Amino acid sequence: MKLLLVLPILIPLITAAFCLLFWRLRSVQRVLGVLGSVAHLVTALWLLVSVRLDGIIAIQVGNWPAPFGITLVADLFSVIMTVLAALMGLMVVIYSLASMDSGRESSGYYAFFHFLLMGVSGVFLTGDLFNLYVWFEVMLMSSFVLLALGGEKHQLEGAIKYVTLNLISSAIFLTALGILYGMLGTLNMADLSLQIRGGMNMGIVSTLAMLFLVAFGIKSALFPLFFWLPASYHTPPVAVSAIFAGLLTKVGVYTLVRVFTLLFVQDVAYTHTIILVIAGLTMVTGVLGAMAQDEFRRILSFHIISQVGYMIMGLGLFTPLALAGSIFYIMHHIIVKTNLFLVSGVARRLQGSYQLNQLGGLYQAAPALTIIFMISAFSLAGIPPLSGFWAKLILVKASLDITAYLIAATALAVGLLTLFSMSKIWAAAFWGEQPQATAAGVEQVHLPLKASEKIALYLPMIVLGLLTLTIGFMSAPFFELATHAADQLLDPAAYIHAVLGRVK
Amino acid sequence: MEILAAIVVGGLFGAGVYLLMSRSPVRLIIGLVLLSNAINLLIFTAAGLIRGKVPLIPSDALRAVEVTADPLPQALILTAIVISFGVLAFALVLFSRTFKTTSATTLDEMKATDT
Repeated sequence: MKLLLVLPILIPLITAAFCLLFWRLRSVQRVLGVLGSVAHLVTALWLLVSVRLDGIIAIQVGNWPAPFGITLVADLFSVIMTVLAALMGLMVVIYSLASMDSGRESSGYYAFFHFLLMGVSGVFLTGDLFNLYVWFEVMLMSSFVLLALGGEKHQLEGAIKYVTLNLISSAIFLTALGILYGMLGTLNMADLSLQIRGGMNMGIVSTLAMLFLVAFGIKSALFPLFFWLPASYHTPPVAVSAIFAGLLTKVGVYTLVRVFTLLFVQDVAYTHTIILVIAGLTMVTGVLGAMAQDEFRRILSFHIISQVGYMIMGLGLFTPLALAGSIFYIMHHIIVKTNLFLVSGVARRLQGSYQLNQLGGLYQAAPALTIIFMISAFSLAGIPPLSGFWAKLILVKASLDITAYLIAATALAVGLLTLFSMSKIWAAAFWGEQPQATAAGVEQVHLPLKASEKIALYLPMIVLGLLTLTIGFMSAPFFELATHAADQLLDPAAYIHAVLGRVK
Repeated sequence: MEILAAIVVGGLFGAGVYLLMSRSPVRLIIGLVLLSNAINLLIFTAAGLIRGKVPLIPSDALRAVEVTADPLPQALILTAIVISFGVLAFALVLFSRTFKTTSATTLDEMKATDT
């Protein structure tokens, strides 16, 4: 059933459209938001199962044969990402029910949330570069609105940096597209892959590769292009931060992996070495930036940067094991990072601040929250046997296999520094005493959580925490999935065959 | 013709990037506008400028007999224009709203959320 491939894009669109129709009925939008996310997740999982069983699926939209029309393609990597996006969408939308204020809810929060999910799913499932650009813009536009919704001063300042740098990134991406079309007369990724492999001026290919690296590097917050991220991710309401942290930079990583496995693989020694160096620098600067921070969400934002370094590291090493490691890392990271942001939101809800020096004693006040934080934070740092340990182990083993000792050492050292930041949060917010004399800017009145709020806030965190444990204790099936996805990426013949119906 | 277009594209890119680097929010927006126009022209030029050859196939032929203009870049540019129109309109509103809230006239005054 090939129509299945369109559903992860269509369902969020329909949900968002209905949310807009019921603009004045906030309670209807809340129900629609959750139902739409459930349907999105179900179709994404269904798609994952059918791709796993039957191989790569492709459809030509409007029946225009490839490479002339727009193609939608689902290989294992893209469906894994779609499932993760749908899962995070569902978790965050449930969390929003209790954490989002009614003002934002009635200004179209759920509609834009689903437009965002539509854009993200579109990026993952398209097989055409120009179409990818359009989905990027759908995603960016909704993220702009979500970031600025509410119009608080710091939100607007953060949004300006986010919007400007993302527009520049889109501009560079579009420039690269224009040149690519001028050279080859096609923008279908499978067709491009054939034509670039078929022989093209190396200089131009390398120039284009670097343009794509910069454009997607801004989106995935690579060194030295990451400055928009820590300036903006801590400004919106926590549910928005959580979905951004979970998905948006990973969309950039997805496109990087896609482009640098399918299109630009002629000069691996040159392009992928650059990627590897950037990966190391991204890891180190991100983790050092985090050490200098004293605010819950700012620390987590800097850790996104350092973690993106690990994902790119697998791409830079460019061996089957390393790519599998990258994909495994993305699966682990999206779950853990979203969960940590959700934890920070509950901590703020209980004690009124994100500042570490105003938090404390959560260990006694909220034991369940403490356990969830512990699982996620230790997993992020890579403590065995949690999911982060396996993810780092695969990447380090892959780099040792090809005697890339420097990057392996960097990865291990950064893991240690991550543990330092996490124990800083642990010591200040969970273990230590809460300071009595609270400074200005802290909401003094903390209503205790109602039972319904408790369910909506804790259910997503518990599910994500259990998933982290599952990936940790039963990593074999997840690793096998990642390995299959990496094999498909490294041998694009099946991909090209699925899209064009022929192999060169 | 291509050379002339290439010079215009280069000039627009230069002006756009120059304006992006200034401190004033208004110049930043104008820079983004110039940049998006430069890219549209770039796509148009890179895909080849062919004048007076309509991409129509005679009814008795299966394919075009001579080289015709490529209609696809214009479709791409049209899409890009629509998107950049929407995005830049949003950016303008965002900047004006920010000015009303913070009354900051240069980007240097918007450092509160930086690290």
